[in-house]
Amino acid sequence: MTPSAYRLTGIEQVYAARTVLRIPELTIPRGDIFTVLGPNGSGKTTLLRLLALLEAPTRGTVTVSLASREVTGRTATIEDRRLVTMVFQHPILLTRTVRENVAYGLRLRGQRDARKRIDGLLDQLGLSRLAGAPSHTLSGGEAQRVALARALILDPQILLLDEPTANLDPASGVLIEQMIRETHRRDGVTVVLVTHNIFQAKRLATRAMLLLDGELVEDGEASQFFTAPRDERTARFVAGEMTF
Amino acid sequence: MILEIAIRSLQVTISALIVSTLIGIPVGAWLALVRFPARRVALALVYTGMGLPPVVVGLVVYLILSRSGPLGGLSWLFTIPAMIVAQIILSIPLIVGITMSSILAVDSTLRIQLRALGATHWQATRDLVLEARSGVVVGLAAGFGAIISEVGAVMLVGGNIAGQTRVLTTAIVLETREGNFDTALALGGILLTLAFAANLIMVIAQGRLREIK
Amino acid sequence: MLTINRKIALAFLTILTLLAVRCTPQPPATLRLATTTSTQDSGLLDIILPDFEKKFNARVDVVAVGTGQAIAIGEKGDADVLLVHDRAKEDKFVADGNAPARYDVMYNDFIIVGPASDPAKIKGMATAADAFKAIAAAKALFISRGDQSGTNARELAIWKAAGINPAGDWYVSAGQGMGELLTMTQEREAYTLSDRGTYLKRRSDGLTLVILVEGGSDLLNPYGVIPVSAQKFPGVNADLAQKFVDWLLSVDTQQMIADYKIDGQSLFIPQSEPWKAAHP
Repeated sequence: MTPSAYRLTGIEQVYAARTVLRIPELTIPRGDIFTVLGPNGSGKTTLLRLLALLEAPTRGTVTVSLASREVTGRTATIEDRRLVTMVFQHPILLTRTVRENVAYGLRLRGQRDARKRIDGLLDQLGLSRLAGAPSHTLSGGEAQRVALARALILDPQILLLDEPTANLDPASGVLIEQMIRETHRRDGVTVVLVTHNIFQAKRLATRAMLLLDGELVEDGEASQFFTAPRDERTARFVAGEMTF
Repeated sequence: MILEIAIRSLQVTISALIVSTLIGIPVGAWLALVRFPARRVALALVYTGMGLPPVVVGLVVYLILSRSGPLGGLSWLFTIPAMIVAQIILSIPLIVGITMSSILAVDSTLRIQLRALGATHWQATRDLVLEARSGVVVGLAAGFGAIISEVGAVMLVGGNIAGQTRVLTTAIVLETREGNFDTALALGGILLTLAFAANLIMVIAQGRLREIK
Repeated sequence: MLTINRKIALAFLTILTLLAVRCTPQPPATLRLATTTSTQDSGLLDIILPDFEKKFNARVDVVAVGTGQAIAIGEKGDADVLLVHDRAKEDKFVADGNAPARYDVMYNDFIIVGPASDPAKIKGMATAADAFKAIAAAKALFISRGDQSGTNARELAIWKAAGINPAGDWYVSAGQGMGELLTMTQEREAYTLSDRGTYLKRRSDGLTLVILVEGGSDLLNPYGVIPVSAQKFPGVNADLAQKFVDWLLSVDTQQMIADYKIDGQSLFIPQSEPWKAAHP
């Protein structure tokens, strides 16, 4: 049995007396591309933040397996946290050049001299031309690619992505999906991908889950999830029939 | 003699500004980022502080530093340290308020995004403040302008002592009182020139900061 | 980032150096003298203090404020010695235990000045009280210091002696120092009470007000020097304060005071006990 990257037990997340997420039990195997599906406001982003250890659950435990040890939000050191990276739906870049933005996480980790690696990655993402451009001059799609670059350059063990291609033109979207697959294949990175795009999920996922109104409806291996889901709601969602 | 007075003005104001900056920027960042119970009261206090009448501050500092006051043992009254203290009090609220406002203007998700890239709490806060650096410089300019031009506080706690605590503003009052309007105007011109030069330096520094790596 | 940290460190060092330089212990002897703005404006202190500073290797820090504030500074023990001109306040200061004694130093006089046109026709009157009565009767514009200064205290005493409570559009209270007040009085073509010293200095700067009443007995302005009590305020420099008092009252210094002239007029008449003993 593959070791798990994440084990969630008894998770409840409450904001201002509203329960926005409830997951009694969830396991995300290591090395999977795990897609989180659901309509807007179903709690996907909240779940991702919990997985990133950026927020603590109101109730329950998030256990992360990294390299050789298991940690929770409370026991994780900064080195542990730096093995998990998240790309947000609306990325905010710092007021500096593209290259400097990509270098940000590396400098935090004390690595200052990674120019070649950075330029290589920018090239793969079609950003070479913009390497020295100030971040405020970028289009939405370009900024999204820079956000991905600044995460990928860190070689994380776990990569969390919140709607990474939502703002992109189709060509860029294809590029990003290629990069995700490539990183996953080459480095065995565990990828958790939030998306509302069923087709993207079908293309990339090894496992998937459905969130509705903060409730975990179903999770399972990709082929079973998309073709023969256990829950009737999953079937309707996967067929594109759920409109909200 | 005018040179001595001008240098003293700069000495007092720049010393005060440095201390106010070192205290004010962290406090401004804290007010912007931390939610605590009496936060709105704290904000109202900061805003009130931005408009403190210098002469009132001078009076309070005087009473505290007086030999018959609680901190009389310092013997700071009628010396430069007293003037610096008063000007610190006058400039801190401006730096705190404008720093806070600048940081609030930075997108609220930036901090968590930096943390997602591996920043510690301290690193994320530091880089957030750096993002707000243009606004922070405005705060410094405001603080500087407020104290280089004030006379009420430095007059009261400094005493306008010739050769010791006389600065440009108190010298202007003295010359005006004695009817030497020409001298007073000349001193005023020097004061404005110094203020302009200092602000020019700050604008240039603001531009340089954009190139921070 | 390193550049920023280096700049912060530099700033720290700068401010520490600046503060350190300014907070180093004062030279061996400093005397803090609280006096009035009119005394400072007369220019007398600039002439005589260097003598004291040289003789005793000391520095005299002169804080010149209104009489009320000078006394208040003394009452808080923030000055070592006072030089003021308000006998009532001086006596009260001593009676309240703030000083061992007060000593006569000198006197100058007040004058009533106004426009050459003299609408209230007070020129040459014998006493200030008479002149004030005339001004009140004519409702001529009069500007008062209104600031508890020695000059103001005298002005109020004269009104009282004249049996008048000054009020109305013609009586303006300005809350300013003497020099500024003279400027305002000239602008408004009004009357005011001034000390001779400030008036003469301003006149040499171009003031056009003229002296209309002088020499009356109610216009004399005696000065007192008061060493602040070391018992009540252990921090005062009592030793140097006493030396200052002795020096100020000495015949030589009194002679310097008599020799201080503006436009050929002596501003101050020596009045110390040692002087009076030497010039019976």
